Amino acid sequence: MSIAEQSGPPKVSPIYDPKVRSIAYQVILCGVILFLAYSAVRNAADNLARAKIASGFGFWNQTAGFDISQTLIEYSANSGTYGRAFWVGLLNTLLVAAIGIVLATIVGFLVGIARLSRNWLMAKVSAGYVELIRNVPLLLQLLFWYNAVLKALPDLRDSWSLPGSIYLNNRGFFSPAPVFQSGMEFVLGAFIVGVIGAFAFRIWARRRQEATGQQAPVLLVMFGLIVGLPVIAFFIAGMPATLEFPEKGRFNIRGGLEILPELVALLIGLTLYTGAFIAEVVRAGILAVSRGQTEAAGALGLRTGPTLQLVVIPQAMRVIIPPLTNQYLNLTKNSSLAVFVGYPDLVQIFTGTVLNQTGQAVEVVMITMAVYLSISLVTSMVMNWYNSRIALVER
Amino acid sequence: MAIATQEGRIDARHDYVRAAPVEAMPAPGATTGVVGWIRASLFSSPGNIVLTILTAALIILVVPPIIEFMFTHAVWSGQDREACLPSADRPEVGACWAFVRDRFSYFIYGSYPIPERWRVDIFFALLAIGIVWMLWLEAPRRDLGALYFFVIVPIVSYVLLTGWPLIGLRNVDTSLWGGVLVTIVVSWVGIVFSLPIGILLALGRRSTMPAVKLFSVIFIEFVRGVPLITVLFMASVMLPLFVPDAYSPDKLLRALIGIAMFASAYMAEVVRAGLQAIPKGQYEGAMAVGLGYWQMMYLIILPQALKVTIPNIVNTYIGLFKDTTLVVIVGIFDFLRTVEVSRIDPKWAAPTTSATGYAFAALFYFIFCYGMSRYAKGVEARLAKSDHR
Repeated sequence: MSIAEQSGPPKVSPIYDPKVRSIAYQVILCGVILFLAYSAVRNAADNLARAKIASGFGFWNQTAGFDISQTLIEYSANSGTYGRAFWVGLLNTLLVAAIGIVLATIVGFLVGIARLSRNWLMAKVSAGYVELIRNVPLLLQLLFWYNAVLKALPDLRDSWSLPGSIYLNNRGFFSPAPVFQSGMEFVLGAFIVGVIGAFAFRIWARRRQEATGQQAPVLLVMFGLIVGLPVIAFFIAGMPATLEFPEKGRFNIRGGLEILPELVALLIGLTLYTGAFIAEVVRAGILAVSRGQTEAAGALGLRTGPTLQLVVIPQAMRVIIPPLTNQYLNLTKNSSLAVFVGYPDLVQIFTGTVLNQTGQAVEVVMITMAVYLSISLVTSMVMNWYNSRIALVER
Repeated sequence: MAIATQEGRIDARHDYVRAAPVEAMPAPGATTGVVGWIRASLFSSPGNIVLTILTAALIILVVPPIIEFMFTHAVWSGQDREACLPSADRPEVGACWAFVRDRFSYFIYGSYPIPERWRVDIFFALLAIGIVWMLWLEAPRRDLGALYFFVIVPIVSYVLLTGWPLIGLRNVDTSLWGGVLVTIVVSWVGIVFSLPIGILLALGRRSTMPAVKLFSVIFIEFVRGVPLITVLFMASVMLPLFVPDAYSPDKLLRALIGIAMFASAYMAEVVRAGLQAIPKGQYEGAMAVGLGYWQMMYLIILPQALKVTIPNIVNTYIGLFKDTTLVVIVGIFDFLRTVEVSRIDPKWAAPTTSATGYAFAALFYFIFCYGMSRYAKGVEARLAKSDHR
């Protein structure tokens, strides 16, 4: 046998060829999945036909016929459709998520910083809060706030009243509500102009500082534009808003802003729970900035305030933002626990009542999942974009 | 120039020079010891003093009422709600521990038939042995421990808990299970299934085969993008539609499938992070010595990747353990549900019954979760130490 004959790839059975194997594995996997999907669909069709349950999205425009305790858009049992109920639920979910995110961020940052405080007592109390909250299930906390705290509040007749016509009782939280008259559009417009102007000013100030080294009072001007402009517009438009005070009657409270006890319990629970997780994120972020950075800033002559603002926070934020977003998503997903305290969120209305009434499990569960999935995917897309923008540019 | 003599005495003309260092003076009394510590950590500046006073006020406001509620005003024994009602000679009633004592066995076993409860006890014991074996990193034959924990215990406990009339264990329907038993079963099934499935999904996500990768990514991102409640709903109302009527799984099984799916997706991301931390050279080295894919993963990559992810795996388990409370939504009597049912039972309905029930449940979950997180911290510290050779 000559050497020439031995060169070239050795002859092996195609069974041992990685490419052939890889294709075979993938074909088998696809086959199994397709088979499972096919049999699932066939079984579902059989089972639905036997139970005489309609399929498709025809139920969307049918009259719902049930009431919802909190509606941000117009809805009534007689005229509301299932589709309308869906939007009511979705808006309620977004309301809880939005308020919860703001409150949890405040709690989280305060506690996270307090845990790093040089004050021993403060640091220990914060640590205790974080450990206690993180190790007890959220559902248990929600039930506690709702059943053991809010339901145990005095009833309407002996409700706690705070100055400014604020009432707290086992039917909820009542406070004065702003009532807007025409002319408010003007104020809203001024606010939008103020926000856009403020950010434009910030960009301009930064560019000028980079070019000439001159600093502008950015915070002051931004504050003036965002707060001052709408206030001025408010007075120019002739104060088109009044406060409506709740009036306590014998059997109910009329007027004003009514916040359901379910919403209060949900917000307290979600805020305290997510706040504890955010505190850990913030703490880790601050600890991730090495001491050398603070010391170098001190060596350059920066005082504590500018050191934090210019050196520590920008670097800590880079570490904090991604897990913080995760916590925001978790809060949004956890708001589905509303169903356990009876707050009418998307899951309670749609996966609960609508599913029970129509029996169309597949469609209803799929729509609900699609909503949460799109919230998650959109948020993570925005986050990836933001992340790539602030990420450390290395050599 | 100072010239010291050999004996340490100084030449008389230069006696202003010391030959021996001065004894160090003790630090000012106010900066050392207890006083110094208190000053430095509590009263170092006006702002700090204000913080200390505010925090102390918060503690004084919160802690004594809790202690009064839990201990001094608590009711420790009694037959029914009468014991826990406020009366003339006891206007302030704290926690109604008598209620917890009365319902204790219901909290543990749910409605599991009383003569068969020894089977549950054996299950707990078997599980405890497995957990200690797995968690104790110096235990002998941990490979056998893994086999015991992931294979033997599941089979034995399935037979033990559901029953097998052939060997004299009568069948117990899963609808009778409840309490801590169900909480432990659900979280343990999640733990046992999520790790292997999670590893497979993580490997799939890093695979070079497009179909495998796509499937893994879709599954992981889908499950992680939706709340657990909707996954449970899916398992509970959609799963029965997808299988032929005859094989319709029972309620507990449906919830277990949902939990296992959910936990696997989260576990996959944890394992993936561990896989990414393994240097490329390890893969190349394994291939260079002629190992196939599975041999490479089993012998070289996974042992290293899993070791560094132990803390994160345990943290995922903590999340899973807390999440088991959500199975209530599909009608299963887990521990929290038994507390919920008992607290509204007319026999025990008293003003403080609810708070007592929740306090007891919180204590239960806290002990388990805090224990697990301490363990994760310990392993983390150990790994950090072993890195510094």
